[in-house]
Amino acid sequence: MQTYYPLFTAIPLAAAFLNLLLSKISMKVSDYIAFLVTGILSVMAVRMLFEAPFTYAVGNWRAPFGIMLVSDGLSSLMLVVICVISLLSVIFSTKYMTMYTAKPKYYSLFLLMIAGMNGVVITGDMFNLYVFLEIASIASYALVGFGTGKKELEASFKYLVLGGVASAAVLFGIAFLYAITGTLNMPDLAQQLEVIGMTKTVGFVVALFIMGFGLKASIVPFHAWLPDAHPSAPAPISAMLSGVLIKALGVYTIMRIMFNIFGKNELISAIIMFLGALSMVIGGLLAIGQKDFKRMLAYSSISQMGYVLVAIGLALKPGAELVVASLALIGGLFHLVNHAVFKSLLFLSSGAVEYRTGTRDLEKLGGLMKKMPVTGSACAIGSLSIAGIPPFNGFWSKLIIILALFRGGYWIYGSVGVVVGFITLIYFVMLQKEVLFGKLPDSLSNIREAPFAMVMPLVVLAALCLAMGIGYMAVEGHLLDPAANALLDKVAYMNYLVGG
Amino acid sequence: MDRLEQEIRDTSKGMTPIVKTIVRFVMGIIVIFGAYVILYGHLTPGGGFAGGVILASAYVLLTLAFGKEMGLSKMSNMAASILDNSGALAFVLIGLLGFTGGYFFYNFLPKGEPFQLLSAGSILLANMAIGVKVTASVFAIFMALSIFGRIIYKAAEGEERESEE
Repeated sequence: MQTYYPLFTAIPLAAAFLNLLLSKISMKVSDYIAFLVTGILSVMAVRMLFEAPFTYAVGNWRAPFGIMLVSDGLSSLMLVVICVISLLSVIFSTKYMTMYTAKPKYYSLFLLMIAGMNGVVITGDMFNLYVFLEIASIASYALVGFGTGKKELEASFKYLVLGGVASAAVLFGIAFLYAITGTLNMPDLAQQLEVIGMTKTVGFVVALFIMGFGLKASIVPFHAWLPDAHPSAPAPISAMLSGVLIKALGVYTIMRIMFNIFGKNELISAIIMFLGALSMVIGGLLAIGQKDFKRMLAYSSISQMGYVLVAIGLALKPGAELVVASLALIGGLFHLVNHAVFKSLLFLSSGAVEYRTGTRDLEKLGGLMKKMPVTGSACAIGSLSIAGIPPFNGFWSKLIIILALFRGGYWIYGSVGVVVGFITLIYFVMLQKEVLFGKLPDSLSNIREAPFAMVMPLVVLAALCLAMGIGYMAVEGHLLDPAANALLDKVAYMNYLVGG
Repeated sequence: MDRLEQEIRDTSKGMTPIVKTIVRFVMGIIVIFGAYVILYGHLTPGGGFAGGVILASAYVLLTLAFGKEMGLSKMSNMAASILDNSGALAFVLIGLLGFTGGYFFYNFLPKGEPFQLLSAGSILLANMAIGVKVTASVFAIFMALSIFGRIIYKAAEGEERESEE
């Protein structure tokens, strides 16, 4: 596997362009290409879990001069999340995207987005990270506006402008870092910054990165694009954006850069924890009043990302005991994985509901449990997981985060976590009541269960919700521990420069 | 009088005969310059992207002077799309061919004498691939903006008329 590590970006990139060429001959071929590529990537990603950490020199140019790719616990974890969720989204798309035209273009953009996200996750080079970030972002701008209606285009344009500002901030920050250190290699940057320390310029770079990557992760003061963009995209893309994109481009980059490059810092920790708590509360409160199925889920994404950020912030605190830091980080990473699973489940089920009923308005829906039992059950399992009901996965991750907060002495943030958990329960109970239970409107009396290609991913994701809740120990041992250790061990990351 | 002469004298499409005549003269020079920037990308400033933009600007100039039909007759939408994708695909394939040397993007070709045209191994090929891709996509973007722009403009006009009525 080590030799073929760059294929994680090369395969989807090549397939995206090949797909557009072949689709000129036959439109049907793009379904198979997308399925095949994401399938291969998923198998490769699962195999990566059993590899020891290693580095890869692109073109055999030694670091720090050439581009270096790094594989460790965290990147393997993210690769699995990205590839598996995209495989399920592609299966869902085969049926769902018949509602739209230009399917081959959709799949090509989708594959480009995967290439970008995989690239962000595997790279160990700052500028390379920026390039892949842009590939994924630009593909997602186009995908948000794929419906080309008035609302879709407005949301896409808003996302484009805000995302462009964020990318500019990131590029600005990278330029500053390069000016200070003269290198773009991430382990090398970590080594150099260890010597330079937290000067004012480095502090400014941190601020730029929190703003830039924070916008991609939709932390609260930078969240304005998300509630428009996520509902406007086709359902599988909403699932990808909410489930994977904001994590790969936002949360992963914040984690990687703050832990492995800048190192633990009191101020960064305080800022990220505060912004995380703010996201939790504001996202949760705004979700309550929503009347659009997907819009409610979008606000909920902001709120749930808040949990992950609070946990990351706690682990970044220099004074925190190692037990607390690793507990918080494991909780945060677990919640990140869980959120990817249940949020894509919920978005896909909203897509299935929309496919059959033609509406996302909660007031026009109701009683679908009888008509669409499989979709309904999957949606219910997703709601219960995200609301933190045992034995589903969301319960454990929230529990670990809140426990870590209390053990770290953050009583207020811990209590906020509990209260927001309760708010989450409220709006997901409301969602269930409006969509699955209650009275079936007369207009929906003759709808049927969603087709197999749409139901299958839902069932797989629902099973994952349950399995990850019950088999928490296995998940922690194989997925989360290596990732958390990779983040907490800055010295090991710096040594990749020598070991590569 | 050949077809091009007729096109130049035809005042119903594009700009004046003066502009058209000048464009006819400079077209070749621009294309040669673009090809030069692409092919000498590994020796002099420039490369696939810069050269591709220059080549595309030749097409854009042609379209501006002679009108949309002339531009599309030289490179149709379909051709632009195919060139665009094959250029990008060729670039990825050059990267993948590096695996013959054991690494992604490994420079697998003989390096040659420095400062010669055939040197620097696969970089020349990569520049050519990028050049093709950029030429086609910049031209496609220009055509899309000019064609769709007109459609949207007409649609907006129609809406205004409806609202007035």
